[in-house]
Amino acid sequence: MAYFIQQLINGVALGMVYGLIAIGYSMVYGIIGMINFAHGEIYMIGAFVSIIAFTLLGMLGISWAPLALLLVLLVAIAITALYGWTVERIAYRPLRGSFRLAPLISAIGMSIFLQTYVQVTQGAKIKPLQPVVTGGFTFEDASGFTITISWIQILIAVLTLVLMAGFTWVITSTPLGRAQRACEQDLKMAALCGVDVDRTISLTFVIGAALAAVAGLMATLYYGVIDFFIGFLAGVKAFTAAVLGGIGSIPGAMLGGLVLGLAEAFWSGYFSIEYKDVAAFTILVVVLIFLPTGILGRPEVEKV
Amino acid sequence: MTTALRASAAPSTASGIGPQLKDAGLAALVAAVLLAPILGMETTPGPDGRLTLAFHFDLVAIGVVLVFLGRLALALFLRGRPPVRAREGGAVSAFVSRNAAWFGLAGLAFAIALPLLPFSSRYVIDVATTVVIYVMLGWGLNIVVGLAGLLDLGYVAFYAVGAYSYALFAQWFGFGFWMCLPIAGLLAATAGVLLGFPVLRLRGDYLAIVTLGFGEIIRLVLVNWYEVTGGPNGIADIPRPSFFGFPFTRNPAEGETAFHQLFGLEFSTLHRVIFLYYLALALALVTNLFVLRIRKLPIGRAWEALREDEIACKALGINPTNTKLTAFALGAMFGGFAGSFFATRQGFISPESFTFIESAIILAIVVLGGMGSQIGVVLAATVIVLLPELSRELETYRMLFFGAAMVLIMIWRPRGLLAHREPTLRLGTATGATSLSARGGGP
Repeated sequence: MAYFIQQLINGVALGMVYGLIAIGYSMVYGIIGMINFAHGEIYMIGAFVSIIAFTLLGMLGISWAPLALLLVLLVAIAITALYGWTVERIAYRPLRGSFRLAPLISAIGMSIFLQTYVQVTQGAKIKPLQPVVTGGFTFEDASGFTITISWIQILIAVLTLVLMAGFTWVITSTPLGRAQRACEQDLKMAALCGVDVDRTISLTFVIGAALAAVAGLMATLYYGVIDFFIGFLAGVKAFTAAVLGGIGSIPGAMLGGLVLGLAEAFWSGYFSIEYKDVAAFTILVVVLIFLPTGILGRPEVEKV
Repeated sequence: MTTALRASAAPSTASGIGPQLKDAGLAALVAAVLLAPILGMETTPGPDGRLTLAFHFDLVAIGVVLVFLGRLALALFLRGRPPVRAREGGAVSAFVSRNAAWFGLAGLAFAIALPLLPFSSRYVIDVATTVVIYVMLGWGLNIVVGLAGLLDLGYVAFYAVGAYSYALFAQWFGFGFWMCLPIAGLLAATAGVLLGFPVLRLRGDYLAIVTLGFGEIIRLVLVNWYEVTGGPNGIADIPRPSFFGFPFTRNPAEGETAFHQLFGLEFSTLHRVIFLYYLALALALVTNLFVLRIRKLPIGRAWEALREDEIACKALGINPTNTKLTAFALGAMFGGFAGSFFATRQGFISPESFTFIESAIILAIVVLGGMGSQIGVVLAATVIVLLPELSRELETYRMLFFGAAMVLIMIWRPRGLLAHREPTLRLGTATGATSLSARGGGP
C-alpha cells in the first residue's frame, strides 16, 4: 500500500509537469490546428535558462532558496516566452493559411535547429544542478515502509495549481481569453469581428512557452540533471497527454498529463522501467481507438 | 522573416528607411535577449563539479549585429514587393512538371553514367548511394503522404523492420540478400497493416502522432530486447551482398569464384561500392515504376481521391480504411526493401540509425519536393543529403544548418520545391483546383 501511494505521489508530480507542457500543445492546436513540434524544445530551453540563471545567481552570491527560485522563475518565464514568440514569428506566421503540412515541416526544422543550437552553445554533456530545494515529509506506515513527499513535489503541485487557476481565469474572463476562444471557433469570423488574430496567436504561443518554462524549471529541480535532448521525449509525451485528454481542451491537457504521469510511474514501479515509454505510447494508441476524441474532447462533426 | 512583408509592404512607397531601421533595431533587441543566456553564458563544470559560467558576450554582440543587418537588408530588399504568398507554384516548377519525362530520363542517364564519370571517386559514389536510398525512401513514403494524404511520422520504423529482418534472417538462417529482400518487404508490410488496422480510422493529426509513437516503440524495443536485437550494440557482421552468387572478396573461399575473377578484372574494393550503387538504383527504379503504374490503377486513383475528399469517396463507395491500409502497407514494404539494402550496405546496424530524426528527414524530402511529385523527391533528396555533406567541415553545425534550411525552404516555397500539382485526370477544360479547404486560416 505504501509503495502504491509513493508511486501515486511520484506519478502526480510527473503528470503535472507533462500537463503544463501539454497545455501549450493543446492551445496552439485548438486555435490554428497545427502540431507545434518545437514546443518540446521550448521546454528544454526553459530548463536551460533556469539552470543558467541558478548558476548566475550562485556566482552572484544569492543563495536564499525562495528568492533564488522566484528570480529564476521570472527570468525563465520571460526569456522562454520570448523564444516562443520568436519561433511563431519566424517559422509559423509566414506559413499561416498555407497548406496543412507546411507549418509542421517548418516546426520540425525549428525543433532540429533549437536542439542543435543548445547543443552547440552549451555542449552536449549532461548538466547537473546542485539541489536547491531539499528535504520533505516522511511518513512511516505500519510495516515500516516510508513514504516521502519532497518539497519539490509539493512545490510542483502548488505552482501547477496556482498557474492552472490563473490560466483558467485568463481564458474565461479576460478580453484575451475571449479572443482566444473566438479564434478557436473560427479564425476568419473572429478576424471579421475585430479580433486581432495575429496578436492573439502570438500571445497564445507566449503563454504556452511560459507554462513550458515553468515545467522546464520544475523538471530541472526534480531530476537535477538536464541535457539538450530532453525536449524530444518530453514533447512527444506531452503531445500524447494533450491528445489523451482531448486536444484543444485545457482541463483535458492537464488530465491527460496526470493520466500519463501516473501510468508511467506505476509502470516503472511495478513492471519494467525500460519499457515505460512503450507503455505511454501504447496507452495513447488504445485510448485513441476506443475514445477517438480523447477523454474531454468534443466529438468532431465532419461537414462537407 | 517574411513577416516584414506585411509591415513594410503596406506603407510601401514611403521614402526613407526610418521604419525599417526601427524594425531592425527591435529585431536586434529581441536577438540580444534571446542570445544572452544560451549563447552568452555557457555552463561548464567547475573544479568542484558544480557548474560555473563561461561568458561569451562577444559572440552575442556579433549575433546581434548580424541580426540587425540581416533584418535591415531583408526589409529594404522586400520593400514594395508583393507578399510572398502570391509566389506559390511558379513558372520553373510548372515547366519541370510539364517536361517531367525528359527530366526523368536525363536524371536517369546521369545516374547510370555516374560511376563511370571522371570525377567519380569512392566518396562521390558513396554519397550518391545515400542519395539514392533517400530517393527510394522518399518515393515509398510518397505513396502514404503524397498520394493517400496520410501523415506518417514513424516511417523509419518500417525501415528498421526491413533492416533487422535482413540482419536476423542472415544471421540465424544464413539467408542471402536476394532471399531476404522479399521477406523484409513482407514483414515491413505486415507491420504496416498491424499498425494501420487500428489507427487508420483516426483523423490526420492523430494518425501522425500515433505513427510517431509507433516509430519510438519499435526503436525502444530494438534497444531493450537484447537477446534478439543485440540492444544498443546492434548487429554486426551482416553478410555483404554478392554479385548473383559471386562474392566481392579478394580471396574467395574454396570452390567459389569472386567477382573480379569472373570478369577477369584486377581486384578493387571499388567494385562492391559501384555494385551497391547500382543495386540501390535498381531498387529505387522499381519503386518509381511501381508508383507510376499504380497511380493509374483504380487503387491509385482511390488514394488521390481520398486525399482530396474523404466524404465524397465514401459516398462513391470507396472503403476508406481498406484503401488507406493498402497505401500504408505498400509504403511500408518499400521502406522494408530500403532497410534491407541499408543493412547489407552498412554491414552493421543499431537502433541509432532509426531515430525520429530519420523519419523527419524522409518526410521533409517528400514535402520539400512537393507532395506527390516523383521528380521533386529526387531533387529534395539530393538537396537534403548534399546540404550536410557540403558543410561537413563544420561537423557540429551541420544539423543547425539543416534545421534552418528546412524552415527557410518552407517559408520560401510552402508547397515544396517542385510544387505544381496537376490532377492525374481531367474532365473537359476544368483546371486543377488544389484543395480549397487547406487554404483557410489567417486573414
